[in-house]
Amino acid sequence: MTNHWVDLKNSDCIFIIGCNPAENHPISFKWIEKAMENGGKVIVADPRYTRSASKSDIYAQLRPGTDIAFLGGMINYALQHDLIHKEYVRDYTNAAFIVNAKYDFKDGLFCAFDDQEKSYDLKAWAYELDGAGNPKTDPSMKDPRCVYQLLKKHYSRYDIDMVCDITGTPKDAYLKAVQAYCATGRADKAGTILYAMGITQSTHGTQNVRAVAMLQMLLGNIGIAGGGVNALRGESNVQGSTDYGLLFHLLPGYLKSPEFDNVDLKAYNEKWTPKTKDSKSANWWGNTPKYITSLLKAWYGDNATKENDFCYSYLPKRMGSYAYGKIMEKMGKGGLDGLVCMGMNPAMGGPDSGAARDALGKLKWLVTVDLWETETSIFWKRPGVNPKDIQTEVFMLPAASSVEKEGSISNSGRWAQWRYRAVEPVGDSKSDLWIIDQFYKRVSALYKKDKGTFPEPITKLSWNYGNGEEPDVHLVAKEINGYFVKDTTIKDKDKVLEFKAGDQVPMFKYLADDGSTVAGCWIYTGSYTKDGNQMARRDASDPTGLGMFPKWSWCWPVNRRIIYNRASVQKDGTPFNPKRPVIAWNALEKKWVGDVPDGPWPPMADAKEGKYPFIMLPEGHARLYALDLKDGPFPEHYEPMESPVKNQLSTRQNNPAVAVPKNVSSDLAKYPYIGTTYRMTEHWQAGAMTRSLPWLAELVPDMFVEISETLAKEKGIKKGDKVRVVTVRGTIEAVALVTARLKPLHVEGKLVEQVGMPWHFGYAGMVTGDSANVLTPTVGCANTAIPEFKAFLCNIEKGGRKG
Amino acid sequence: MAISRRAFLKGGAVAAGAVALNNTPAEASADAPETRIKGVKSSTTICPYCAVGCGLLVHTKNGKVINIEGDPNHPINEGALCSKGSSLFQVANNERRLQKVMYRAPGSDKFVEKSWDWALDRISQRMKETRDKSFKISELNKKDNKEYVVNRTEGMAFFGGAGLDNEECYLWTKFSRAMGIGQLEHQARL
Repeated sequence: MTNHWVDLKNSDCIFIIGCNPAENHPISFKWIEKAMENGGKVIVADPRYTRSASKSDIYAQLRPGTDIAFLGGMINYALQHDLIHKEYVRDYTNAAFIVNAKYDFKDGLFCAFDDQEKSYDLKAWAYELDGAGNPKTDPSMKDPRCVYQLLKKHYSRYDIDMVCDITGTPKDAYLKAVQAYCATGRADKAGTILYAMGITQSTHGTQNVRAVAMLQMLLGNIGIAGGGVNALRGESNVQGSTDYGLLFHLLPGYLKSPEFDNVDLKAYNEKWTPKTKDSKSANWWGNTPKYITSLLKAWYGDNATKENDFCYSYLPKRMGSYAYGKIMEKMGKGGLDGLVCMGMNPAMGGPDSGAARDALGKLKWLVTVDLWETETSIFWKRPGVNPKDIQTEVFMLPAASSVEKEGSISNSGRWAQWRYRAVEPVGDSKSDLWIIDQFYKRVSALYKKDKGTFPEPITKLSWNYGNGEEPDVHLVAKEINGYFVKDTTIKDKDKVLEFKAGDQVPMFKYLADDGSTVAGCWIYTGSYTKDGNQMARRDASDPTGLGMFPKWSWCWPVNRRIIYNRASVQKDGTPFNPKRPVIAWNALEKKWVGDVPDGPWPPMADAKEGKYPFIMLPEGHARLYALDLKDGPFPEHYEPMESPVKNQLSTRQNNPAVAVPKNVSSDLAKYPYIGTTYRMTEHWQAGAMTRSLPWLAELVPDMFVEISETLAKEKGIKKGDKVRVVTVRGTIEAVALVTARLKPLHVEGKLVEQVGMPWHFGYAGMVTGDSANVLTPTVGCANTAIPEFKAFLCNIEKGGRKG
Repeated sequence: MAISRRAFLKGGAVAAGAVALNNTPAEASADAPETRIKGVKSSTTICPYCAVGCGLLVHTKNGKVINIEGDPNHPINEGALCSKGSSLFQVANNERRLQKVMYRAPGSDKFVEKSWDWALDRISQRMKETRDKSFKISELNKKDNKEYVVNRTEGMAFFGGAGLDNEECYLWTKFSRAMGIGQLEHQARL
């Protein structure tokens, strides 16, 4: 989230698309209702009439996987009716930037596409540069090759009739939603967009998110109270686990993991440090060398020196993708010996679970660390297999629960909050911290004793977390924050700051690229300072009344509660909305008041030191037109990989940058209905944390599928009947729930039915059931590879698995 | 933040916890809650389910969790919880929780109980064997036909982290990359 949960109360219009907060983030609705009490409107766009929809002012049904059409129509409406926040768009986004003459878009395809490789040449989409090397701009936004005009042209095809024919949305509901939301383009109005997996789990998921962000840019809704682009994250610390780089392409703090041709630290820095020639651009990623060097110092300590490139060569280098789906594919072919799962359940959580479960049987060894038996840890005795046929050695390690250990987790609003150990872990269970520490210490001891291949990255690792039975979590948190390794004097404007070796670094602007600072995750610098553990703070004071709670826990970056907040003010630092000022420039005292601003500089209008608001981009302006996505500078509607209809906007049926995988079928004679998966309040994710709790198991004891009254009638299915749902991947059995909440959609002149189902059930735990992900396809987003769980084709028949 | 009963009664922030526990103001009550809260400690926690980050109070006695409820002083949830958060008590007290290290040999039809020492030694041997056997020092880039140093372990993958604490995620990343793991992924990719 650019904003945070309590900030929802500041919104004039809350647009919920691709998430269901009343169901899946129930307490967030406390703040949505607060906004409603203040006159705010709630719009819900969803294939189903959800619990959130039941609370909304406007409900607009849309077909799964057609979000870009829906949002593109809103972008078009805002542009055609001139409802955009013009000053914001002109000054703070790249709307006025000129694109090079080669850029073109025709029949669903952007220029420079290689049909063999299924990829674009991104260089063809570059800005046009002036003599000094800066992008050319036209502040009047009239140049036919400026982003504003290209945008207008691109989305002119998304008129209301076209959009509603694609999405199946009733026209009057769509128009109401569009008008209500576009009204937030006024400078004194705030609109927020909330989304989750309904947006991301798609072959064009990243472009769905971009469409959300673009609408917010056009309406001037980013950086302000009650606004923002707000991903509602689904797991208690999935924000933190992402921040700490537990993905193949990342290191902590969103640094990129090195690629094969980043042959040394210099080459790494050249590749990943963006440059600008514009002195008004803060270009914050220009600090990359400071952050990677401080990370290497945190990992290799005194062994990391300038002479040995700070042990950069010890880091593994990637070539190609090791995204989750690729790893599972490799496992299925017998390409992996070992797998360690820390509280993750690949027998359930990924697409095509049948194939995933078979793949686990190809491993030589498997380690699971969890609170419970999971479908993964007992995959070798799952229904339908003979354990004798499975040669995988399985270690099932018992983990401590959240109240049996100490540490921090980061919520969706980026608040890192500290938790305490209330009791000792049950039985022999241990904290993950202890288990990881044991893995390291024992492997390291083996390498010290027996040598082996390239032992240095392990034996030279800096691993000093006390002498206790388990690592001192405070020492870990302090290393993450970072400290000075030698006495350091820093001149910061008119101040001279003295630090001793070992002092905690107060802010990441003091991190250095010469090896004099350590920081395990630069965005968390400031979380554990000389003033102590900031994440443990419990002062609920609210000086602005906007609910920012600056002294409650700690929020990355630099305790900034609303990011991009420099975009909430005019160029001279006056808030666009004086009633809800996030920050404001005090010209007399020459300082900002309110939230921690996005950088210390004076407002953009200051000729000498002013900076553009979007400090993480080298051009300092938010990108209505993207330069670095694999599937286009503008989001374009394509059909999901399995779809019951033809793409009406172009002859390109699917995202051209996604290869058509095996094991998908759009054979409507066999699979006529749209299948979609989702979550519910009473259960959580793969179900391990809920299906063994008697209270929750009693509330929802069975796997079920939801169908409309019309489909039920057609198939002779009654509520409570056993049914089977079939896709080209597999078959599941479930209880039918016939409901008026699910309605067929009118698409391209025909009626399309949906089959909806939760994905929480499996064969482990107290209450069990068939898994929805047995049905879902292994195909994902062109940019992130996140699977398309939300829209696939299936059939449904009365009767159990065997009919 | 384990605190004594005295601090529990005095502390501004946690006094409300006593209110919630007894349904009467802790300090002003004539019906002294002495017998009901004797030996009870209170600490704060954050819900392990969704990412709203609601606060809870955990009440313990004699090393057992005896009650968990919403933290009325938490600015996000103000004491309220959903059905999952309200059930956290049953995570702390649940006979289905794993209590022992379990091992399943290849081809076996059952788990057998093992010690931590035994399991961790064997796992670390497996990790080392796999790393040594599958370590790729260099790799050919087909586009320019050149070999590049990659220093990567090919034969194993590490998964998970969205249910771990930040400090655990950090050590997990650090250990993984030191082991040469390129195939490091978790729930954020799903």
